[in-house]
Amino acid sequence: MNGLTTILKRELGAYFATPVAYVFIVIFLVLAGVATFYMGGFYERGQADLEPFFQFHPWLYMFLIPAISMRLWSEERKAGTLELLLTLPVPLGAAVVGKFLAAWLFTAVALAGTLPLWLTVNYLGDPDNTVIFAGYVGSLLMAGGFLAIGACISALTKNQVIAFVVSFVICFAFNLSGFPMVIDMFSAWAPQAIVDVVSSFSFLTHFNSIVKGVIDVRDVVFFATLIAFWLYANVLAIEINKSN
Amino acid sequence: METLIEVKGLSKNFGALQAVSDISLNVTRGEVLGFLGPNGAGKSTTMKMITGFLAPSAGSVSVAGFDIEQAPLAAKARLGYVPEGAPAYGEMTPATFLDFIADIRAIPAARRRERITEVIGKIHLEKVMHQRIETLSKGFKRRVGLAQAILHDPEILVMDEPTDGLDPNQKHEVRELIKEMAPHKAIVISTHILEEVDAVCTRAIIINQGRLIFSGTPLELAQRSRYHNAVTIIVPAAARAQAHAVITALAGGHTVEEHLLGNDARLTVSGGQTLPIDDLQRRLADAGCPINGFFVEHGHLDEVFRTLTTAASASGEVHRT
Repeated sequence: MNGLTTILKRELGAYFATPVAYVFIVIFLVLAGVATFYMGGFYERGQADLEPFFQFHPWLYMFLIPAISMRLWSEERKAGTLELLLTLPVPLGAAVVGKFLAAWLFTAVALAGTLPLWLTVNYLGDPDNTVIFAGYVGSLLMAGGFLAIGACISALTKNQVIAFVVSFVICFAFNLSGFPMVIDMFSAWAPQAIVDVVSSFSFLTHFNSIVKGVIDVRDVVFFATLIAFWLYANVLAIEINKSN
Repeated sequence: METLIEVKGLSKNFGALQAVSDISLNVTRGEVLGFLGPNGAGKSTTMKMITGFLAPSAGSVSVAGFDIEQAPLAAKARLGYVPEGAPAYGEMTPATFLDFIADIRAIPAARRRERITEVIGKIHLEKVMHQRIETLSKGFKRRVGLAQAILHDPEILVMDEPTDGLDPNQKHEVRELIKEMAPHKAIVISTHILEEVDAVCTRAIIINQGRLIFSGTPLELAQRSRYHNAVTIIVPAAARAQAHAVITALAGGHTVEEHLLGNDARLTVSGGQTLPIDDLQRRLADAGCPINGFFVEHGHLDEVFRTLTTAASASGEVHRT
């Protein structure tokens, strides 16, 4: 486990050693604010809750998370440090999990930047704080899901732009997998059972049910399994692809 | 001597291309083994398998008694590796980078300061410890890569072209460092520079098209040269014919090559028996032929290298599956 925390610390430090972290956090906070107040009608609704804030998270994460995850492995490949990292006495799994957790912790820091919003809503009214707490938990879980996808894709290429675009498309598909645009691609040829499975992959559906204030075990298991699956795929992607 | 690296029947295929084919070798403590070979011959691929970055398609690697595939962590813990180009994290400084390496190598906190100080002193990194690695010159980047590899004082050190791109002084420094560490470690280096083999290696192998085509001491390599023990005599250009006559009278079955260098002529006598040098010098003097220079050649390593690596391809030893 020593290797895991060492890699986590290094990786987290790497975000803050470059302007990436600050740019990302500022843009995330600005966009989240704009979405909440203008598109979500935070004041106009006259309700003391953070639903207008949380409802845009799936769409924000869809393109912001790939921007965080794209460098995770692509950069190691490009700089040649992958060879260094994988010849250090660290199991590959620990490196994969360490890097993922660093990126996840980083999004948690960005998300923590929105706490003034929570203070505001408590100042203005009397919100149900357990629902808001559930919203933060759901948002973090969903961010983890997107990150795991992005990390795996980034392990497949040394080009960060490709990693970004491909991750974006996959995140988009996971967001919309309960919607006709994705379902129709399957319903034409696949049996109903598969269509049901695909539609059950919708991040939006799982996230929305958590944001309503119910942290259902099934939703948590969904995100946990999804993260585990993509991290495992991440390990395989590096194993198979490291000589390129 | 204690064998620290044991490679048996190592092969690596990339699809249809056989990059490394059935290489076996041993490196004992105290040895410095030089990997020679043209670009793309399989030197780096072999090193990547020895250090556990790539899995072999066939064969086995044992590092300090640990199989690199069965016990990768134990093997990697005893190994220091400088990959080609000495990669390091550009946004870190040598100080934070070496801290990271010390951490991941689990160097005990009590010894860490001392080790880091010792290594940066040895490699002369003091001046740049707090600059970002991406802003460092090539020479310093290379040194950071080297520092990283020796930080945990490994028994086995593998370096892929450690002096590539360094200026002659830096090359000399790296070679001195290798020589200094050599008695206590098993060291493998790859290089394009043949003098380097002479300067630091106790043994050399040549890899060509994935196959091991030569293994021996640098001296044995030099002995394969047509010019091993060849005699070169430098005389004024005017006395060339005279000198030539003296040499041919004495020599039997030798080849005499002539090169004009300004006002001097350089005659190289190679092949056949080693010439009776004293005799030759006396005869030249007797004939009144002035001698501007006279030396016995050690052998041209680049010529041996060229002969070995081009002959192999010409004779159809190309191995592709």
